[in-house]
Amino acid sequence: MPIANYLYLAAILFTIGAVGVVVRRNAIVVFMCIELMLNAANLAFVTFARINGNLEGQIVAFFTMVVAACEVVVGLAIIVTIYRSRRSASVDDASLLKR
Amino acid sequence: MSLLTLVGISPLIGALIVLLIPAKKSELIKRVAFIITLLIALFSILLAVRFDKAITGFQFTQNNSWISAFNVNFAVGVDGISLVLILLSTILVPVVILATWHESDTGRWNTKVFYILVLVLETLMIGVFAATDLFLFYVFFEAMLIPIYFLIGGYGTGNKSAAAVKFLLYSLFGGLLMLASIIGIYVISGNQIGATFDLAKLATLQIDNQTEYFLFLGFFIAFAIKAPLWPFHTWLPDAAKSATPGTSVLLLGVLDKVGTYGMIRFCIELFPDATKTFTSFIITLAVISIIYGAFMAIGQRDIKGLIAFTSISHFGFITMGIFALTSQGVSGASLYMVNHGFSTAALFLIAGWMIWRRGSSTISDFGGLQRVTPVMAWTFFMAGMSSLALPGLSSFVSEFLVLVGTYTRYPVAAVIGTLGIVLAALYILIPVQKALHGPIVSGNENLKDLNLREKVAISPVILVIVLMGFYPKPVLDLINPTAEKIVINSGYSDPVAKVGK
Amino acid sequence: MQISENLVWFIALPLISSAILLLVGKKANSWGHIAATTVSASTFIIGVIEFFAMQARPEENRAVVQKLFTWISVGSFNVDASLLLDQLSICFVLLITGVGTLIHIYSISYMSHDLDRRRFFAYLNLFIASMLLLVLGDSYLNLYVGWEGVGLASYLLIGFWNQKPAYATAAKKAFVANRVGDVGLSLAIMIAFATFGDVTFSGIKEQTDAASTTQLTAIGLMLLLAACGKSAQFPLQSWLGDAMAGPTPVSALIHAATMVTAGVYLITRSSFIFDEAPIAQLMVLIIGAVTLLFGAIIGTAKDDVKKALAASTMSQIGYMILATGLGPVGYAFAIMHLLTHGFFKASMFLGAGSVMHGMKDEVNMRKYGGIGKFMPITAITFGLGYLAIIGVPPFAGFYSKDKIIETAFNAGGIKGIALGIATLLGAAITAFYMTRVVILTFFGNERWGHKDEPHESPALMLIPIALLSIGSVASGYLLSKGKSLVYWLEPVVNPLKEHHAEELFSHTTVSLMTISVVIIGVSIAVRKYRGDQSDTAPEKVSKLTIAARKDLFQDALNEATFMRPGQSLIQKLLNIDHLVIDGAVRSVGVVSISAGSKLRSLQNGYVRSYALMMVIGVLSLIAVIWVVTA
Repeated sequence: MPIANYLYLAAILFTIGAVGVVVRRNAIVVFMCIELMLNAANLAFVTFARINGNLEGQIVAFFTMVVAACEVVVGLAIIVTIYRSRRSASVDDASLLKR
Repeated sequence: MSLLTLVGISPLIGALIVLLIPAKKSELIKRVAFIITLLIALFSILLAVRFDKAITGFQFTQNNSWISAFNVNFAVGVDGISLVLILLSTILVPVVILATWHESDTGRWNTKVFYILVLVLETLMIGVFAATDLFLFYVFFEAMLIPIYFLIGGYGTGNKSAAAVKFLLYSLFGGLLMLASIIGIYVISGNQIGATFDLAKLATLQIDNQTEYFLFLGFFIAFAIKAPLWPFHTWLPDAAKSATPGTSVLLLGVLDKVGTYGMIRFCIELFPDATKTFTSFIITLAVISIIYGAFMAIGQRDIKGLIAFTSISHFGFITMGIFALTSQGVSGASLYMVNHGFSTAALFLIAGWMIWRRGSSTISDFGGLQRVTPVMAWTFFMAGMSSLALPGLSSFVSEFLVLVGTYTRYPVAAVIGTLGIVLAALYILIPVQKALHGPIVSGNENLKDLNLREKVAISPVILVIVLMGFYPKPVLDLINPTAEKIVINSGYSDPVAKVGK
Repeated sequence: MQISENLVWFIALPLISSAILLLVGKKANSWGHIAATTVSASTFIIGVIEFFAMQARPEENRAVVQKLFTWISVGSFNVDASLLLDQLSICFVLLITGVGTLIHIYSISYMSHDLDRRRFFAYLNLFIASMLLLVLGDSYLNLYVGWEGVGLASYLLIGFWNQKPAYATAAKKAFVANRVGDVGLSLAIMIAFATFGDVTFSGIKEQTDAASTTQLTAIGLMLLLAACGKSAQFPLQSWLGDAMAGPTPVSALIHAATMVTAGVYLITRSSFIFDEAPIAQLMVLIIGAVTLLFGAIIGTAKDDVKKALAASTMSQIGYMILATGLGPVGYAFAIMHLLTHGFFKASMFLGAGSVMHGMKDEVNMRKYGGIGKFMPITAITFGLGYLAIIGVPPFAGFYSKDKIIETAFNAGGIKGIALGIATLLGAAITAFYMTRVVILTFFGNERWGHKDEPHESPALMLIPIALLSIGSVASGYLLSKGKSLVYWLEPVVNPLKEHHAEELFSHTTVSLMTISVVIIGVSIAVRKYRGDQSDTAPEKVSKLTIAARKDLFQDALNEATFMRPGQSLIQKLLNIDHLVIDGAVRSVGVVSISAGSKLRSLQNGYVRSYALMMVIGVLSLIAVIWVVTA
């Protein structure tokens, strides 16, 4: 299997994630789509590390995982708080910053 | 610390004193502010007394390093022209405060803020005329906008916010162009003689033509907006209509002079070659201003708008005189700045009293005032006569010098400018007839004549107008050496009479 | 040149008095008129003293100067406030202060019922000061100060009763018309400075030889424009008729005897320029001839007694201007006519004032008639003035006007004949319209339409009139006896002592011709206006009469060519300023605001649309890079 296929997979995953962020309203789903994009990027990093024969891509992938973990903590907390206050997890309802 | 710096910062100290007075004691604030500005006026006269007419360079100089990284200095000093303009500013401020005693009562903020703004403005006005460091000048030039913006927007009438914003944006636009030119000349100085903002050093730069033209235009447009010259004038009538009379006096009487002063000090002294190239173009603009301003003034229904447009016409004369680059032209223009300051001050203050009493600024709402309020009518008439340059009153001397000075080099411009004489008669006599003459218009029967405070405030202005008409020599003696030096430095000399002695 | 220390008082006294009267205000009401009259009389006394002192000096030392202070000094432009009293200015000084004082005295009584009498006298003194400065200034710029000063005084006095809008308008019109002339004077000074580097009379006089004819012609024409404005000459004459809105003593002093003759003074004073500029001189002649006929024709149709006299003033000044255009030989006669005219016209104006005083301020001659028997002294003095103006020997006008007609005929060639005929025709029309005035006012049926009989004026008014009419009887003889005025003025206006070599007509011939046309004029008027007259102006009149009643359409012309186009231009400029210039500025604001509000809709607050935007942004960035690197 040519190694480029990993990159195609990463691109497909990223696109799915991006489309999901744009089209879905539920904050949890949006959040998961963002995770999907991050992991697609991770996959690409790891693939490049393999192609180039060094570890830098893998190190960045670890970093991304740490950042993603932090993001999950903060993000979920915000979503839960919003859900508590307004009984909805729709991102369209949370447009307060506009006004 | 030089005497000049002391004069310059004393209004700021005054502002601090006013700051310490509780805001409720508004009468006390007014009195303190008046006395402080009066003392500053006397103080600045001391400056004039100790000024040595024999020296053509800057006097009372002071030079301290300010921002050493960019070689910016706190450098001040005065020559004849800037001295008389500083005198104009310091003398007008107490007159304005006394004349417009109640102006601050009905503003958005309290009396205290008003007088602090005025005092800060006075420091900035002195600073802008005294600065001999380009960067320092720019700081004062832009900082002046702040108090005036708040004075118009906070204490004005009518569409004041819009007028204040328009004024601010216009000025900032000009200021931005000037800033670009300042940076440009600073960079050039860095390449040639070591980066500096010192005016005297900057004047020695060798700049290639193309660059010099752009730098010149950056300065010139900023000053043409400030002055204001056609077609950059439209902010002035709006600002004058919305501002209180006192603010208008400071705006037209002093602030706008920064424009014409800047043309002499920066455009001509820094860029003599570009000056040569653009002179005919600028003189054309000046002549258009003279005629256009006069026509527009004739068509005004609002008395404040009328005075604003007469000023545009007068600024046309001043600009024409400056760029005629003859000693009569430059001296006459400099003298005109002072005379216009006083006659416009008189017109605006008296118009302000008329409006305050009548509750309207439409000219046709007045009528028959000569019978009801003779003193007010007479002072207005005197100020108007000075504005139309009646011989024997101050403006005549300067207007005639400008015309003679221009004629010797640009006869056509002078001839067209002379038509302004006829138009001036119309734009003054029409409002005089409508407001002062004729039957007493209903609603005016019980108007009160000037009270003692107002008489005391206006009499020095009228006195100056008359005295300077008969005996302008003391002021001309201050101006002449500087004016002649400027003409010579810019590479010109007075045209010789054709059949000469 | 003699130095004097006294000249300044000519100006300082009335100026200070005027300032005091205006500044003290109502408190001076009780003594203001006395003070003003005293001041005026003292300037006359100083004038007389100076005159005799001057006469006692030899001819070349007669002129005296006084330098007051350095007025304007910038570069090579140096003007001193400096006064010059020479043979020419002393004539004016005596006329101004003499007639002025008489009119002050007259006004004490004439204005006694006016609440603002003090202000009136303050203005009169201001006028005296300015007029004296005009004739005493030693440079064009000093003259200019007086020149505009008299304009101001004239404005204030015409508009003295400015509560009437028409009067206020008349004052404004006078000032503006004068300002048009002032443009000429300013330009003349500018050209003179650019040419000679000097603006004093003596300085320019010395250098006229070096200047080109073009330069001198330009200066001359500009000076002529100035003279036209001040002296109500064609085409700037239209203000004079309206100026009669002022109180009658003002019309007598300013708009008959003194101020309006300033143009004649200016041209005479500038003889050194006009003598070297033939084209300018020819223009002077043409303007003079046109105006003398113009004024005379208008005079025939006016029913307002003051306006009829004003038209006559215009015409008589036309004579003087014409005489100044005749060159060195003419100046002295212009001045002579100016002096005699000062007497008889002032006396007639004051007489008209006296009639108005007795007739409840009625000015329409159609409402007069038969006043002679009620006001005998006024009638007699007016009659003497009348005989003087139409030029009956031995009254003053005969000497002065005859000389002008004679000199005009002898100017040589077609020019001489044309000018001679114009002046003769003018004399005939003058005789006609003045006879008309006299008949309508003092003879015929009583048409005033109310029971109150006119009454003779008080002595305080009659004495000045009587003194002036003595002048109008005797001044012509005295001035021309032994050519005294001609020789007196020669050093100033005719240094080469030129006199006519060839004569087309002799003195006697001209006199006979003049007398015969005068008789024709008088008899036509007598035939037309004897017997009972209607108290309204006839409706069916010739087209010329209609035109004359409307001042030969000069006002209509001014209105159509300057005023209305000017007004519409102003209206257009107002619109342009608002829509185009300010519009450009405002549109910058409008564009940025609308751009902002359009862009604002992108900021809708929906996370998903921001995300989409990011995606689009990244994709387009990639696209750009892909395209660029390709």
